[in-house]
Amino acid sequence: MQYAVLFLPLFGALFGYLIKYFGDIFSQLITTLFVCITAILSIILFYNGISKGDYGNYIIYEWITSGNFIVNWSINIDPLSSIMLVVVSSVSALVHIYSIGYMEHDPDKPRFMSYLSLFTFAMLVLVVSDNFLQLFFGWEGVGLCSYLLIGFWYKKNSANKAAIKAFIVNRVGDFGFAIGIFLIFMYFGTVNYDEVFNLIPEFSKREINFIGLNFNLITLICLFLFIGAMGKSAQFFLHTWLPDAMEGPTPVSALIHAATMVTAGVFLVVRCSPIFEYSEVALNFVAIIGMITAFFAASVALVQNDIKRIIAYSTCSQLGYMFFAAGIGAYHVAIFHLFTHAFFKALLFLGSGSVIHSLKEEQDIRNMGGIWKQMPFTWIAMIIGTLALTGFPFLSGYYSKDAIIEFAYLKQTNIGYAATAVGIVTAFMTAIYSWRLILKTFHGKFNNENLSKSEIHDSRVIIIFPLGILVLGSIFAGFIFKDFLIGKYYDLFWLDSILVLNKFDHSLIPNWILFITPMLVIFAIPLSFYLFIKNNKVLDDIINKNKKIYNFLLNKWYFDEVYSFLFVKPTKVLGSFFWKSGDIKTIDRFGPDGISKIIKIISKKSSKFQSGYIYDYAFVMLIGLSLLLTIFIFYK
Amino acid sequence: MNFPILSSVTFLPLIGALFIFLTQNDADEKNRGAIYVSLFTSFFNLFIALFLWYSFDNNTSDFQFVEEITWISGLIKYKFGIDGISILFIILTAFITPICIISCINSVKTRLKEFLIALLVLETFMIGVFCSLDLVVFYLFFEAGLIPMFLIIGIWGGPRKVYSAFKFFLFTLLGSVLMLVAIIAIYWTTGTTDVTQIYEIKIPEEHQYLLWLAFFSSFAVKLPMWPVHTWLPDAHVEAPTPGSVVLAAILLKMAGYGFLRFSVGMFPNASEYFTPLIFALSVIAVIYTSLVALMQDDMKKLIAYSSVAHMGFVTMGIFTFNTQGIEGSIYQMISHGLISAALFLSVGVLYDRTNSRLIKSYGGLVHIIPKYSLLFMIFALAALGLPGTSGFIGEFLVLVGTFKVNFLVAIVASIGVILAAAYILWLYKRVVFGKLDNIQLKKIKDINFSEGFNLITLSLMVLFFGFYPEPILETIKVSVDNLISNYNFDVGRKITLK
Repeated sequence: MQYAVLFLPLFGALFGYLIKYFGDIFSQLITTLFVCITAILSIILFYNGISKGDYGNYIIYEWITSGNFIVNWSINIDPLSSIMLVVVSSVSALVHIYSIGYMEHDPDKPRFMSYLSLFTFAMLVLVVSDNFLQLFFGWEGVGLCSYLLIGFWYKKNSANKAAIKAFIVNRVGDFGFAIGIFLIFMYFGTVNYDEVFNLIPEFSKREINFIGLNFNLITLICLFLFIGAMGKSAQFFLHTWLPDAMEGPTPVSALIHAATMVTAGVFLVVRCSPIFEYSEVALNFVAIIGMITAFFAASVALVQNDIKRIIAYSTCSQLGYMFFAAGIGAYHVAIFHLFTHAFFKALLFLGSGSVIHSLKEEQDIRNMGGIWKQMPFTWIAMIIGTLALTGFPFLSGYYSKDAIIEFAYLKQTNIGYAATAVGIVTAFMTAIYSWRLILKTFHGKFNNENLSKSEIHDSRVIIIFPLGILVLGSIFAGFIFKDFLIGKYYDLFWLDSILVLNKFDHSLIPNWILFITPMLVIFAIPLSFYLFIKNNKVLDDIINKNKKIYNFLLNKWYFDEVYSFLFVKPTKVLGSFFWKSGDIKTIDRFGPDGISKIIKIISKKSSKFQSGYIYDYAFVMLIGLSLLLTIFIFYK
Repeated sequence: MNFPILSSVTFLPLIGALFIFLTQNDADEKNRGAIYVSLFTSFFNLFIALFLWYSFDNNTSDFQFVEEITWISGLIKYKFGIDGISILFIILTAFITPICIISCINSVKTRLKEFLIALLVLETFMIGVFCSLDLVVFYLFFEAGLIPMFLIIGIWGGPRKVYSAFKFFLFTLLGSVLMLVAIIAIYWTTGTTDVTQIYEIKIPEEHQYLLWLAFFSSFAVKLPMWPVHTWLPDAHVEAPTPGSVVLAAILLKMAGYGFLRFSVGMFPNASEYFTPLIFALSVIAVIYTSLVALMQDDMKKLIAYSSVAHMGFVTMGIFTFNTQGIEGSIYQMISHGLISAALFLSVGVLYDRTNSRLIKSYGGLVHIIPKYSLLFMIFALAALGLPGTSGFIGEFLVLVGTFKVNFLVAIVASIGVILAAAYILWLYKRVVFGKLDNIQLKKIKDINFSEGFNLITLSLMVLFFGFYPEPILETIKVSVDNLISNYNFDVGRKITLK
């Protein structure tokens, strides 16, 4: 069964593509069917795990053996990977179904479906790995699929650019990740998780000299691994690719850039909890980056106008939550938030896809409004998704987000308190921008000039059905699974797949912490209604008074401009310089071209001696003779 | 003495070339006879090479299938023999040659018969390089290989063919002369040119340094290393497609092989001493040429520069003197042989249709030639070292090995991996994606049978060795271990003496 879970999506991708000659519908059915089976099987695996403790490691075959560098292909099923399997395969199955409807007018359906299945395969390989190198394989594999899917509409130049940007920014992260792996192999002599984790305690005090500076080995490894996580999970500094990735089709955004791939970074940190736990510095760094990202992305999301970009920044921000949860040592809460987030964020993306689809590819929320009556199902789904995202009481986001804030407080350190504050403030901002999106999209005046309101109608069943499932997930996932993942059974559930050295003491929690976030979130609803629907003037005044801040946020803190100035342009200038001045003007000029030139000059000069006149030759002989004589006499 | 299988695999192409010489010119100038003869010869040779691999014993580091005939008594022995390292290069050569011959059908439009002769003669010389265990015999094959290549560029090349051919010749000859002097010097110190004997006699340490530099100057040019790499882009640009393929896939590897067999094997102390130099040049090659590749507007030049960068990993890996580094660099050479061959063939497919190598004359190809685009994508990804392709395993092992020896070198070289992604993806985007603006492109057809055969075979190899590298790693394992233990013994001996 483990093999079926892993390989069905791969077969789906291959067959689905090859079968396209019989008709697009076959590709769609094959890929979707295979991924659905995978989803069902992984739910069964998860259930077997909870009920019978049915976990294990299955080795497929040896991948690389070079000296003591030995790497296997393997399927490792433990609590952490089994819950990730459920998230990945079930969201993927829903997105496959949704895509059949969403991509109905696209000429390249087989390609799209097989990319989606290929992505699912790569993500599953990443999740079930038992060593760092197979993880790296999946890591780059999902990056490749993300590249292919962002650039799916390859006629669009912006899509191609975004795809390359995504791949290269991710490569920067992977660079850090690879160095992390090099360090691990160098000191532990293995890249297998269990073997590495067993050796960690021995090395916890080890200092090494790294490029002239002394570092704690564990800290260094964690920081480099975390650079990889930052790239994949779009954390501050390496986040710039995620908003641009919205150039891809919306189902892709839902699957890859919300529910699964971008959470791989969180998964990595949690998977490596036995390493991170031994480095306070690294954990604090993770927490700080997480906090900055959560706040930064939420602030940018407040003013964006592209419906998908708002949700993309929201994803960025929620990933920040997961990271600071991991950074304060609450790994299980991070995974819990990852789990619930997958449902409501996929729901929001697929819902916005439904809106975009109905409005004929319109993505600017300024050109929407007042369409809630026309598309009631989508409207309800989006409202529920928003409620879940903002953490409205008793929906799934409420359990996970509040748990993060609570655990941050329980940490009882400065970082913990800072995380609490950031968590609360960001939760409030999340509520504002989420309601802004809903209100601008579905309420108020209809602002679109290209379409008449009567043309707009709700999407077909095949699009609404996955939304329905995700609505159920967004409502109930938190309530049902909280006991297993973070509540009373959590020790029984997680077993030894995550390591926490300092346990949290739940008796210390003051009541106001439990209430403040839900209160703020509920208060945000009327506030947004007032600002965005009732009285636009107040908002305009605020914007006009703070034009600089507004522009700063609108331009996403000017990250793209700064990076272009710091990295892209110098690279190109340097490339041209090395080519033109280095290769052509220096090496060739003084090398082969120079030599041939000198030879030419010498031969030209010397050919002048051969004039053919006897007195010329006699004269040269005379000079030679006298020179020889001079030398002879001189040295005598 | 047993059946001289190594001599057979070496000289069979030469015999084939002789037969081509005897074939008649067709009236329609298609030279079918010549093509059939050369295909038969090269496939038969591939078959022998594979048989050689099959009967090769992985468990010993001794040279196998040794043939020894006295040539000039007391001076030169004709001595052949292979170990786990050389056999892979023989197979690579025997594998790439038929692919080149198939690509000739589309790419070589004039004097096909002569071209095929040159190609088969070249195959003999290249396999000879990997078989020979005598310095003089090695030198003869190594230098003789220059001549057919020079002719291939000079006769079948593009508009600047003469300049490029002479640049190629000038660079490579310059290094070789020094190597010849060094070989003579070795003969005077040790009294033999038999490599296995020299391994045992061991050259005195104080002589090693100059000799190492002489060999280095030859190999560095051939590989090529920075800063003597500038002949390569020009040679590639002007060479016809099959010429570029042989050049990138095999000729460059002769130098990497030379480093392993001669520099490290015969001059261990000097190799240790000059390691910082190699590291510096390799890292510069990786970063510098990657940056230069980024700015190229000619597809072949871009791939040529990327070859220099990839070969930078090879030298870096060899001089780590640990298992991962050396195995990685051998793997990288084999894998680069496949990938660069495939990339040059891919460019050739386009060049045959439009007569342009400039990136800006393409764009939007995926709309009209999707099969080609898919295959090209696989090779592009392999070139940027994506896991699951053979390119990844070589690079990663080299970096793992280097990291053990020197953090800084490995980290800076890793930046080259990011740059590789940038230049390859940018190239692919400009050529294959985007809108179809050039009207001339609308007429072109997707790959035909022979092109498809070549590219699909190569893509399967690249993927196979990405997921299952064991056949290669197992073959080289014992020989590499032996190389490293000999090296450590020699270097260690020096330390105990002091």
